[in-house]
Amino acid sequence: MPDFVHPFWSWYIIIPVVLGLVFCVVLVYLNTTSKPPGETETTDHVWDEDLEEYNNPLPRWWLNMFYITLVFGAAYLLLYPGLGSFPGFLGWTSKGRYDNEVQAAEASFKPLYDAYLATSLDVLEQDVAAMGTAKRLFATNCALCHGADARGATGFPNLRDHDWLWGGEADAIKTTIAGGRNAVMPPWESALGQSGVEQVSEYVYSLTRDPINPALVAPGQQHYNTLCAACHGPEGKGNPMLGAPDLTDNVWLYGGSLGAIRQSVALGRNGVMPAFEGQLNESQIHLLTAYLGSISESE
Amino acid sequence: MNTTSQETYNYTVVRQFALMTVVWGVVGMLVGVLIAAQLVWPALNFDTAWLTFGRLRPLHTNAVIFAFGGSALFCTSYYVVQRTCHVRLAFGPLAAFTFWGWNLVIVLAAITLPLGITTTKEYAELEWPIDILIAVVWVAYAIVFFGTILKRRIKHIYVANWFFGGFILTVAILHIFNNLEVPVSMTKSYSIYAGVQDAMVQWWYGHNAVGFFLTAGFLGIMYYFIPKQANRPVYSYRLSVVHFWALIFTYIWAGPHHLHYTALPDWAQSLGMVFSIVLLAPSWGGMINGIMTLSGAWHKLRTDPILKFLIVSVSFYGMSTFEGPMMSIKTVNALSHYTDWTIGHVHSGALGWVGMVSMGALYYLIPRLYGREIYSVKLIDLHFWMATIGIVLYITAMWISGIMQGLMWRAVNEDGTLIYSFVETVEAMHPYYLVRFLGGLIYLSGMLLMAYNVFMTVARGKAAEAPVLAPAH
Repeated sequence: MPDFVHPFWSWYIIIPVVLGLVFCVVLVYLNTTSKPPGETETTDHVWDEDLEEYNNPLPRWWLNMFYITLVFGAAYLLLYPGLGSFPGFLGWTSKGRYDNEVQAAEASFKPLYDAYLATSLDVLEQDVAAMGTAKRLFATNCALCHGADARGATGFPNLRDHDWLWGGEADAIKTTIAGGRNAVMPPWESALGQSGVEQVSEYVYSLTRDPINPALVAPGQQHYNTLCAACHGPEGKGNPMLGAPDLTDNVWLYGGSLGAIRQSVALGRNGVMPAFEGQLNESQIHLLTAYLGSISESE
Repeated sequence: MNTTSQETYNYTVVRQFALMTVVWGVVGMLVGVLIAAQLVWPALNFDTAWLTFGRLRPLHTNAVIFAFGGSALFCTSYYVVQRTCHVRLAFGPLAAFTFWGWNLVIVLAAITLPLGITTTKEYAELEWPIDILIAVVWVAYAIVFFGTILKRRIKHIYVANWFFGGFILTVAILHIFNNLEVPVSMTKSYSIYAGVQDAMVQWWYGHNAVGFFLTAGFLGIMYYFIPKQANRPVYSYRLSVVHFWALIFTYIWAGPHHLHYTALPDWAQSLGMVFSIVLLAPSWGGMINGIMTLSGAWHKLRTDPILKFLIVSVSFYGMSTFEGPMMSIKTVNALSHYTDWTIGHVHSGALGWVGMVSMGALYYLIPRLYGREIYSVKLIDLHFWMATIGIVLYITAMWISGIMQGLMWRAVNEDGTLIYSFVETVEAMHPYYLVRFLGGLIYLSGMLLMAYNVFMTVARGKAAEAPVLAPAH
C-alpha cells in the first residue's frame, strides 16, 4: 500500500470532515421547531394495522447536547492534529508528548540511579532499598522467562545455581543483559542418522550417570570427539564463549533424560535471551547484576 | 381488518431464523461461559488445543454476533419488512437460500475456528472461502429485503426498514473491503493491507460491526417491536429522521478510537475521537424514541415482561452509547484500553441491548408465528430477571476489574519501577473473573429457560399462516 503523501489526500480528509460537521449542524438546525412537545397529532401514516408515529419536536436538552459535542469537535480539530496534515494550533503530537514524559521521568530518577551506578556491587547487595528496586525491575523485565523466583524453567536458565552458560563474572552478566545472547545448538540428525544420535546421546548421558546401554558409549564418544567437542570441549566441560553448556555438571537446560538429550542432539536447540539495552539503563543493569548476586544460593 | 385474496406472509423463513436465534444464542453463550470459566480455572482447557481460550474466544464472538445476532436480524427484518410493506416477502427461494447459506457459514465457523484456521482479524476471523459464502448470502439478503421494499403496497417506508436497509448495505461494504485477501491455500490467506493500514481497515470494520450490525440493525428491531408491544405511536418521526442520518454518517468515522496511542497517525486518532463524541446525541436519539414511545403507558411495564425486556434493552443501549464516547476520549482511553473495562462495555451492549431486544422481539414473535399463546408468561418474567441480574453482575465485575487493572498497570514507585508486576495484576482479577463467570452463567440459564419456553410453545402443533393485510389507507 502506498503512503498517501500527496497534498490531495490532506484535502480528501479535510473536506468530508468539515462538510460532515456542517451537515450535522444543518440537519439539526432544520429540524428544530418551536412547537411545544406533547401534541398528539401523528404523521397520518399507518403501517401493519396500528403502527403510527407522533411528530414530537426534538427534545431541547438533546439538541443542546448535540450542539455541544459538535462545537467541542470543531474546537478540538482546530487545536489538535486531525484535519489532514494541518497540525493544529497547539502543535501537539503524540511523539512530542511521549518524549516529554520520558525526559521528565529520566530527569527525576537520574540522581537516584547515578548514585546506584557509582556504588559497588558488594555494597548494593546489602542495600535494602536498592535491592527492592532491583527486585521490581526483575519482576517486570525478567520474571516472564526466568520465573518470579529466578529459578528458570525448561529452556530458561536458573539464575541462582552458579551454573552460568555465558560466564558468571559481573561483566559477563552485564553483557548478557545488555546485548542479549543467542545459543545455537545445530541439529545432527541428518549427519549422524538415528543410530548415531542414540550413540552420542548415550555417551553424553554416561558423563553424569551410569549408561543405560553401555555398548553405545564407545561409538558415541567417537562421534562426540568429531562433532561435539568443538563447542562442548573434549571433556564436555562446555564453553562460556559460545554459551555451550557443561555436560558433566548434571544441570540440564532442556532436560536430562535420555529422551530429552536425544531430542537436543537430533533437532538442535536455539536459546534466545533478548537484549535489554535501551529498555533498561546502565544503572538498572548494574542493579540487576547485584540482585542476581544477592539471590545466588550458597554453594 | 380487510385482507387481500389468499396471499400469506412468508413466515416459514421467519420461523426458521427465530428458532435458530434461540439455538445459536444458547450455543454462543455456552461457549462464552466456558471461556469465562477458563479464566477462573485455567485447567478447564484440558490441555487440548481446540478447547483453549485462544481458539474458543473467536468462536464465542462469532457465534453470539453473527449466529445469534445475525439470525435475530434476519428473522425480525424479514418479518417487519413484509408486514410494514403489506406484501409477501420477495424472492421466496432466495430467502430460503439465505437461511441455509447463513447456517452453513455458522457451521463452517464452528468447525474451522476451533481447528485454529483463522485470518486473525478480530470479528473477521473466518477464512476466505467462508468470506465469499458470506458475501453471496449477504447479497441475496439485500435482494430479498430491497426487493420486498420495492414491491410494497404503501408509499411511506416505515422507519424500522430504514435502519434494516442501512445495516444491510453498510455491512456488505464493510465485510467485502475488510476481507480483501490473497489466498495461499484453501485454509490460509493474507490481507492485502499491511501494517497500520491493515489495523485501520480492521477497526473501521470492527467498530462498524458494532455500529451497523449490532446497532442500526437492532434499532430496526426496536422501532417495530416497542410501538407494537406498547400499542403506542412512535414518539417522534422527526427525531427518527435526524438521528438516523446523523447516526449512519457519524458511526463510520469512529473506528480509530480502537487504535489510540498506537502507530496510527495522530490526525486519524483525533478524528476517531471527535466523531465518537459527536455520536453520543445520534445514539441517544434512538433511546429517546424508544423510551418516550412508552410515555402514557408506563403502567404496562408492571405486567408485561416482553415490554420489560424491550425497555431495559433500550436503557442498556443508552448506557453503553454514553460509555462508548466517554471511553473514546484519549485521556480516558489511556486508562481503559486493553483492560476488562472494554470487555464490560461490550457486554453491556451485547447482553443488555442486543440480547434483551432480541429476546423481547422473539417472545413477541413466537406466538404470532405459530398462532398460539406462549407456553408460560411466568417463565418470560423469570427469564427477564435472570438476564438483568446476570448482566449487572457481569458488567460491574468488569468495571471494577478493568479500572483496577488500568490503575495497577500505571502505578509507579518513586524509583520509576512498576509497583505491580503483570502477574500480580492477573492475580488481582481473579475474584472478578469468578463474578463475571457467575453473571454469564445466570444469563445463559435464562436463555435455556427461553429455549424451553419456545420449545413447549412450538411443539404443541402445526404453525398457523397469516394473510397479507391491506394498507389502512
